[in-house]
Amino acid sequence: MSRTQKTLAGWARTAPSRATVLSGDEVVSTDRLAEAVATAGGRGVIARGLGRSYGDTAQNAGGLVLDMTARDRIHAVDAATGLVDLDAGVSLDRLMRVALPFGLWVPVLPGTRQVTIGGAIANDIHGKNHHSNGSFGDHVVSMDLLLASGEVRRLEPEGPEAELFWATVGGIGLTGVILRATIRMTPTETAYFVADTERTADLDETIERFSDGSDEAYDYSSAWFDSISTGAGLGRAALGRGSLARLDELPATLRRDPLKFDAPTLLDLPDVFPNGLANKLTFSAIGELYYRKTKNKRGQIQNLTAFYHPLDLFGDWNRAYGSKGFLQYQFIVPLDAEAEFRAIIRDIAESGHVSFLNVFKKFGEGNRAPLSFPMPGWNICVDFPIVEGLGEFCRSLDERVLAMGGRLYTAKDSRTDHDTFAAMYPRLDEWRKVRDAADPDGVFASDMSRRLRLTP
Amino acid sequence: MIDAVGHPSSLLLLGGTSEIGLATAERYLAGGPVRVVLAGRQSLRLADAAARLTRAGATVETVEFDARDAAVHTEAVRKAFAGGDIDIALVAFGVLGDQEKAWQDIDAAVELAEVNYVAAVSVGVALATEFRRQGHGHLVALSSVAAERARRSNFVYGSTKAGLDAFYTGLTEALRGDGIGVTVVRPGFVHTKMTEGLDAAPLSTTPEAVAEVIVSSVRNRREQAWAPAPLRFVMSALRHVPRPIFRRLPL
Repeated sequence: MSRTQKTLAGWARTAPSRATVLSGDEVVSTDRLAEAVATAGGRGVIARGLGRSYGDTAQNAGGLVLDMTARDRIHAVDAATGLVDLDAGVSLDRLMRVALPFGLWVPVLPGTRQVTIGGAIANDIHGKNHHSNGSFGDHVVSMDLLLASGEVRRLEPEGPEAELFWATVGGIGLTGVILRATIRMTPTETAYFVADTERTADLDETIERFSDGSDEAYDYSSAWFDSISTGAGLGRAALGRGSLARLDELPATLRRDPLKFDAPTLLDLPDVFPNGLANKLTFSAIGELYYRKTKNKRGQIQNLTAFYHPLDLFGDWNRAYGSKGFLQYQFIVPLDAEAEFRAIIRDIAESGHVSFLNVFKKFGEGNRAPLSFPMPGWNICVDFPIVEGLGEFCRSLDERVLAMGGRLYTAKDSRTDHDTFAAMYPRLDEWRKVRDAADPDGVFASDMSRRLRLTP
Repeated sequence: MIDAVGHPSSLLLLGGTSEIGLATAERYLAGGPVRVVLAGRQSLRLADAAARLTRAGATVETVEFDARDAAVHTEAVRKAFAGGDIDIALVAFGVLGDQEKAWQDIDAAVELAEVNYVAAVSVGVALATEFRRQGHGHLVALSSVAAERARRSNFVYGSTKAGLDAFYTGLTEALRGDGIGVTVVRPGFVHTKMTEGLDAAPLSTTPEAVAEVIVSSVRNRREQAWAPAPLRFVMSALRHVPRPIFRRLPL
């Protein structure tokens, strides 16, 4: 494996493009990586991990793409300090399996563990514990960044390189290539959660649950909500909230091996789903089932798959949307925009664009990174199958999200325009200044950077 | 890049005053901002076209392009790509000519062939080069139902479009591996300046309707399309009508 021509797309399988992909030994050697960056050519270069971003962040039409997954060494795990020193191509899944026996937990887990450390930093990913523990960048102690000049620089969140550090967190690979990082892990006694699950009857009750202060009692919380029912059931939700279990909270059978972790996959979905199968009828039925399956129960002991990653039971689930793919629309709006936020949820339900995988979560404070997505507010994520008229509908949503002072998430976006994006991220110019100083010629580029005009 | 919902950031119209081309640009502009590059001869009509699209919300650039002057085609296409990636290029120039003159007058015949066929091939080669370099893009070529079977009434025009049609159909295959899409669109009789004063054929259509076909074909990565769609079946039947009968048909 070295240089091959490949067609790359994001997880939602829309807007593919061709690029030269560098992989294997070529990315393991830092010298060769530096050489590849130096000779990238006019179309530039971007690093790619496991391709779980939904849109066009990690593809680079006509240019060079660095498949970083071969760079996967875990250099050191320090159980005493909780620090792990590892390469950018290591997946969170592997990190979790390696660190758990030491009683260390990955501090931020998104909806899948199939993301790399590099991608986790570059997208400043978040999880169900955002309100209690921030986003991934908050747990990076240091990182090594390969710059356009070929120099490798060690960046830390405080100190002389802090600006470049925070421009790289959430900087979707456009400041340089993240080679290696030291992550501060969360100590844990077990690999299980003590979870409370409950159903809410409607949107009012859902918002109430996240506003009444009860959320503060949990380290992890989020909800699946119904965005298809247009009547009283609109916004009804299945809440899952919990915290990592202490050893003394486990039943005796689990206490023997409290850090055991298994993540079964029931089946891998084959690539045979026709377009249009993901429709209102099928989605309503599955949604109803999921909602009814959730019981009001307190203090359940659940493993990671049950509590956190139910979709992991189905490998390659993105295939269920057919060849046309789908679009994930994730936005956050400030807490004070509640009325208009309710109106948006209602309009999504009434739009005729059906979404099943809906996530609702209240976020906590954001961090210093200018392009980091999280901020205190209501975070909503919906998945739409690609159909005629979806573009216009999403544009109307963009306008409303923007008017509320909200924004979209780069790891999910695959369609917004540059003016809208710039208005949603008022600190974009500040980020550009740091980025341009580190890479004045715009060597780092991606399909997203061209669409959103992020680089020179 | 054409985004996840099929919306392009940029559009190149070769034949910057083409009514079908402008209608296509307007159709895309309804779905969000688009940078449009109009390639054509500097003229009042080109300036009008630019103004019309600017009013519709486009960022417009113009590039000097003369279909009759093959020597400058590569340079014109290169200039069109100089301002950033082109997501969709529409080869929309063409002339109808005077059919009776065209098969009897060498100059008239050669001009039709040069504009409709030679220039289409020449820009096709240049566009393919640029699209391969940028690693994405979609090419749309305006053919004609006249390309499918030569008729006594307009066979010179038909022959030039047949050449264009075959070239771009072949280009579709050649560029498949590069992820570049090519769509050959075959409109029937379209009510435009080019056909003003002519008797409309059955199933005649409008630039807006052809634009709709183009947009939906690009979105679905269709390689061939007819405008209006039923012409596909009409032409499929006509292709097999024996000549003694075909020449008696009122076409």
